[in-house]
Amino acid sequence: MKAKSIKGYCRLAACLMLVFSLAIHGDQDVSKQQLLLNALTNLKQGSMAEREQAIIQLADNGSSSLTILQALLDGQLFILKSDDSLVIGADNNQGYDIRDAITGTAKGAVERTDVGKINLTNKLRVSLRKIIGQLQLSSDDPAIRLAAVKAMGNEEDESALAILKAREGVEKDETVKQAIKVVFLLKDMNSSDKSLRINAIDALKEVNSLDVVNRLNAMVEKDEAGNFVESDIDIRNTAKAALININTRLQLYSSIETVFFGLSLGAVLVLAAIGLAITFGVMGVINMAHGELMMLGAYTTYVMQQLMPNNLAFSVLLSIPAAFVISALVGIAIERGIIRFLYGRPLETLLATFGVSLILQQSVRSIFSPLNRSVATPEWMSGSWQVNDFLSLTWNRFYILVFCLIVFVLLLQILKRTSLGLEVRAVAQNRNMAKAMGIPTSRVDAMTFGLGSGIAGVAGVALSQITNVGPNLGQAYIVDSFMVVVFGGVGNLWGTLVAGFVLGIANKFLEPFAGAVLAKILVLIFIILFIQKRPRGLFPQKGRAADS
Amino acid sequence: MNRISEKLRKLSIVGAMALLTVASGTVRAEDTIKVGVLHSLSGTMAISETTLKDTMLMLIDEQNKKGGLLGKKLEAVVVDPASNWPLFAEKARELLTKDKVAAIFGCWTSVSRKSVLPVIEELNGLLFYPVQYEGEESSKNVFYTGAAPNQQAIPAVDYLMNDLKVKRWVLAGTDYVYPRTTNKILEAYLKSKGVAKKDILINYTPFGHSDWQSIVADIKKFGSTGKKTAVVSTINGDANIPFYKELGNQGISAEKIPVIAFSVGEEELSGMDTKPLVGHLAAWNYFMSVDSTKNAAFIEKWHEYTKNPKRVTNDPMEAHYIGFNMWVKAVEKAGTTDPTAVQKAIIGVEYPNLTGGTSKMLPNHHISKPVLIGEIQDDGQLLTVWQTNTLVDGDAWSDFLPESKPIIADWTAPINCGNYNTKTKKCSGQNF
Amino acid sequence: MKLIGLGADKIGTTVLIVLAMVSFIIPLCNLVSPADSPLHFSAYTVSVLGKYLTFALLGLSLDLVWGYCGILALGQGAFFALGGYAMGMYLMRQIGTRGVYGDPLLPDFMVFLNWKELPWYWLGFDNFWFALLMVVLVPGVLAFVFGWLAFRSRVTGVYLSIITQALTYALLLAFFRNEMGFGGNNGLTDFKELLGFNIQSEALRALLLMISGVTLIAVFILCRWLVNTKLGRVVTAIRDQESRVRFLGYRVEMFKLWIFVFSAMIAGIAGALYVPQVGIINPSEFSPLNSLEIVIWVAIGGRGTLYGAIIGAVLVNYSKTVLTGLMPEIWLFTLGAVFVLVTVFLPDGLVGLMRRRLQESHS
Repeated sequence: MKAKSIKGYCRLAACLMLVFSLAIHGDQDVSKQQLLLNALTNLKQGSMAEREQAIIQLADNGSSSLTILQALLDGQLFILKSDDSLVIGADNNQGYDIRDAITGTAKGAVERTDVGKINLTNKLRVSLRKIIGQLQLSSDDPAIRLAAVKAMGNEEDESALAILKAREGVEKDETVKQAIKVVFLLKDMNSSDKSLRINAIDALKEVNSLDVVNRLNAMVEKDEAGNFVESDIDIRNTAKAALININTRLQLYSSIETVFFGLSLGAVLVLAAIGLAITFGVMGVINMAHGELMMLGAYTTYVMQQLMPNNLAFSVLLSIPAAFVISALVGIAIERGIIRFLYGRPLETLLATFGVSLILQQSVRSIFSPLNRSVATPEWMSGSWQVNDFLSLTWNRFYILVFCLIVFVLLLQILKRTSLGLEVRAVAQNRNMAKAMGIPTSRVDAMTFGLGSGIAGVAGVALSQITNVGPNLGQAYIVDSFMVVVFGGVGNLWGTLVAGFVLGIANKFLEPFAGAVLAKILVLIFIILFIQKRPRGLFPQKGRAADS
Repeated sequence: MNRISEKLRKLSIVGAMALLTVASGTVRAEDTIKVGVLHSLSGTMAISETTLKDTMLMLIDEQNKKGGLLGKKLEAVVVDPASNWPLFAEKARELLTKDKVAAIFGCWTSVSRKSVLPVIEELNGLLFYPVQYEGEESSKNVFYTGAAPNQQAIPAVDYLMNDLKVKRWVLAGTDYVYPRTTNKILEAYLKSKGVAKKDILINYTPFGHSDWQSIVADIKKFGSTGKKTAVVSTINGDANIPFYKELGNQGISAEKIPVIAFSVGEEELSGMDTKPLVGHLAAWNYFMSVDSTKNAAFIEKWHEYTKNPKRVTNDPMEAHYIGFNMWVKAVEKAGTTDPTAVQKAIIGVEYPNLTGGTSKMLPNHHISKPVLIGEIQDDGQLLTVWQTNTLVDGDAWSDFLPESKPIIADWTAPINCGNYNTKTKKCSGQNF
Repeated sequence: MKLIGLGADKIGTTVLIVLAMVSFIIPLCNLVSPADSPLHFSAYTVSVLGKYLTFALLGLSLDLVWGYCGILALGQGAFFALGGYAMGMYLMRQIGTRGVYGDPLLPDFMVFLNWKELPWYWLGFDNFWFALLMVVLVPGVLAFVFGWLAFRSRVTGVYLSIITQALTYALLLAFFRNEMGFGGNNGLTDFKELLGFNIQSEALRALLLMISGVTLIAVFILCRWLVNTKLGRVVTAIRDQESRVRFLGYRVEMFKLWIFVFSAMIAGIAGALYVPQVGIINPSEFSPLNSLEIVIWVAIGGRGTLYGAIIGAVLVNYSKTVLTGLMPEIWLFTLGAVFVLVTVFLPDGLVGLMRRRLQESHS
């Protein structure tokens, strides 16, 4: 095995050599080629230090090797085992669509086992990113240029700075220009010229950059002996003034961030609870299997992704109706099979549905194995919206927040404007009267339970994007869901919405002071005390139905 | 008359039921050697432990194909302690008294081991514990085939410090004894290496913590000072996915702030979307990607046994593999499955591990293992980036904690103690 | 009506007799017969039976509030665990210098957390009688404060159920924290002796079984007497028509409070008996699911009968013991199915079924 893999490395080295000999047009210098060959061999087999060296040697090759380096960085560079050629492969989920790394001609699709991937380590990635950054500094896309500046900006590498300086002169895009300027201002802060330093600090105080904050903080700090790190008092004072200026903004942004965190936690709580608000609030059924219905929704997402591996983004969107239907059907089955025998005994629905939850959990364990399943996040949901250096909002949380609001509005509309909604409200208010008026109550019960369950399924799709998809998914949320519904007031959807967001934000504002666990305990105690004050939650149900 | 007979009938039924538990233990004949498998198959820990049950069944099956042990067939007795800690103790007692198993392979969490410990010691059973753990323990009846802190945490930190030049440290863990101990040891170790207190951030979260937004934002701030920062993660099981997802989404890549995890292995990775994890690190004593003939054979057998060519192998599985085979060798050496004889015989037993070395059962009931550090690849495998030159001996009592520094464990004469204070020359904390 | 009463008494008496048999004959057998005699019950049987009896006591305590007073408490496990912790703290203090680190005063986990002195709430627990007092006092006081707040402001129905769940959930999280000083996730374990007896000795185990049985019998008789007193009848009336009882001039909240506190104390005693027999107490006992399970025992046995709770607790736990060994992979299916079937088809639980059979055989 060992020998085989070394042979593989040699083959790789030979291939790469070929690449670069083609890339360095006309340069037939044998010694240089030899150097490159060594570099490439080192890249794969050498120690960490040797690999680092190899990367730097490769960097001298110029922009012609950019595609290959980028592919290497993205983990898309392979050796085709059949002919030992170097290929760039794009994942098509059964295998790879490959094209020749040197010529770029397509070579069709291959199985995963037909190619050997060229692995990378972190150090190599960092070096590669730097090199690619330098090569990309002249890209047409300002966003790529900005990323390139950021990748290069943090170092004291004189050659990188020289490249940046040259770029600054020709750069048209304001943001990129600003970023380059910050790099040099930061450098000026360390200069020996006092006025240059003060000017730099002054210029930087309007910039939202964590690097700046850290530098300034370091300037006003004292060392262990109690002396200031920065000996010059003028500079210290300028730095202090600048810090005050920056910190006000920092605090503002961090409060915005906390509110966002709270809202997004709240959105998750609302999503988890809102289906329960229907089954529990409107029908009086304490559905302990609610969490497991969410779990089914999450597993539906997994199955959908398995079914359509080529279209990740679409499969998640398609999972929403699919999860709704599946959970709704299971919900209706539970209602028809079990719960309808238990009306008038609301507390006993708790026991039966607890049994159902055990069965559902174990079924999932038997079908999908007890292991967690991997659900991929589509591209448009990953990463974050970088407002500035102080504030970034993650996309998946943002979408879940939006999604939560959409679900809420839709649900409200269903209950308000459809005939089903009318019937549901009628049955909830007075079952016997509704029956007397000719409303098919048992059908309405089934539909209502199906609706609540379906929404649980939809919530499961959202949860699959932020947490584990496994048999325990439901249990993790069931207690919280009940708290939200009860805190908001049973039978009131607005109550659930407000309760979810209030609890989410309260939790997030407590967390920095109290820590995650204590924050949660405090919230629970708050709920207990709040219920004493308002025994029917935030928005109590009024009228006859409230007495039951 | 009728009423009395009715009453008697009822009584006899209930009485019979109560007696059933006693009776059933004595019926079976002693033609096989029984091996207890005590892993949760339901509840929160089923995620991790079910695989180990399968591993044990495979190992036992294989041993039987080779002709069993001492001329007898091995028989696995599988029970489900259902992730319920007191139930672990009850099931251990059931295995030892009712089924009369020769050895138990099981437990995952520290609390389950702690719960089982008094029972195993009382009934003089054998427990092979396959998971990396916090140390500070060495029982006469337990064999720790997972890593002690010095076989995982310390080398990992050394790697970060020396190879990645990390200067600032986030020690993030789930709030239970393993992360607490590991972080305590690491904190002492880092300070001994001259790391200032302000460069260490320690954070604990509850089990299954799913909302990491604030904590990841804190880590981001902590790591933005320009000094190289790394996260040493002892975050357990289910909390990991949301943690890594949040890291990825908030733009913390492995290149900026690498996370080295002690509880994330191939199996956990198989349930995750690996995109945000690529480049982060894990420290174990075994990786599925290790290139050795033994490992290749093991993986092949595993795929054959589970009839699933995609099933991964992981470190605790290797620990069971080593532990089981050491037990087999010790039983053969002793010529009996009697626990006391096996305890004596197993010390010094050597067995080749799957990474190419030969592990040895040490007098402190821990084993010697190599330490590997790997980077997570997008296929869910770990690529070895660093490994110790030699095998590291497991140390039950950490040398970096002042209260356990003088303590050693040695189950050979003349010390014969799991908690021997070399200063006071006294043995303490033993239950027999 | 008469027949039901007769039937009820009959089952109740049977349960009492069986309990007496279990709690006296088994320990006695073990004391007089040698270890290899067929009359000798294994330590496994003794400890498992002892555990069932404490669960039965716990079920009984819930039946009192749920079956007779109509309060579906989803946090009964919290009182059980608190009683258990009080006993566990006593047992921890008894370890003395035999701990891992050999500290005469501090339990191992405190030494480990670098604590220098015993926190104030651990003081006094080296005294058995003080610990015993705390076993009933701590759950009692918590139930009093909680109940006083909740019943006074007329929190009822699901709201009450959910906030009892919030209570036990909050306690779970709190005890889970290592800073709380209760051993974090590992809880309290590695006990050595109880009142000077080795905790692993056969005699003590037999004795604990006997004590558990006697306590259960005593509490059962006490509860049976209680529900038949005037107070008991008012409580039952509250369950059936709370507002009517209030209009009649009874202070409903005081009755509820009284019964809630009493039941919490029983749960505390159950916890205290449970801990030395299983050898560990940790925060998982506070988990909301555990409390839910107690409700299931009572529902399966038949609520509002007292002995139904005992039968349910023992049966469910016995089947758990058997099933987790017999069919480890699929036992949850069976258990889940039983829960569903019993609630749907046996609204009065197994006791209801037995009563009906008894009635049939009499008519």
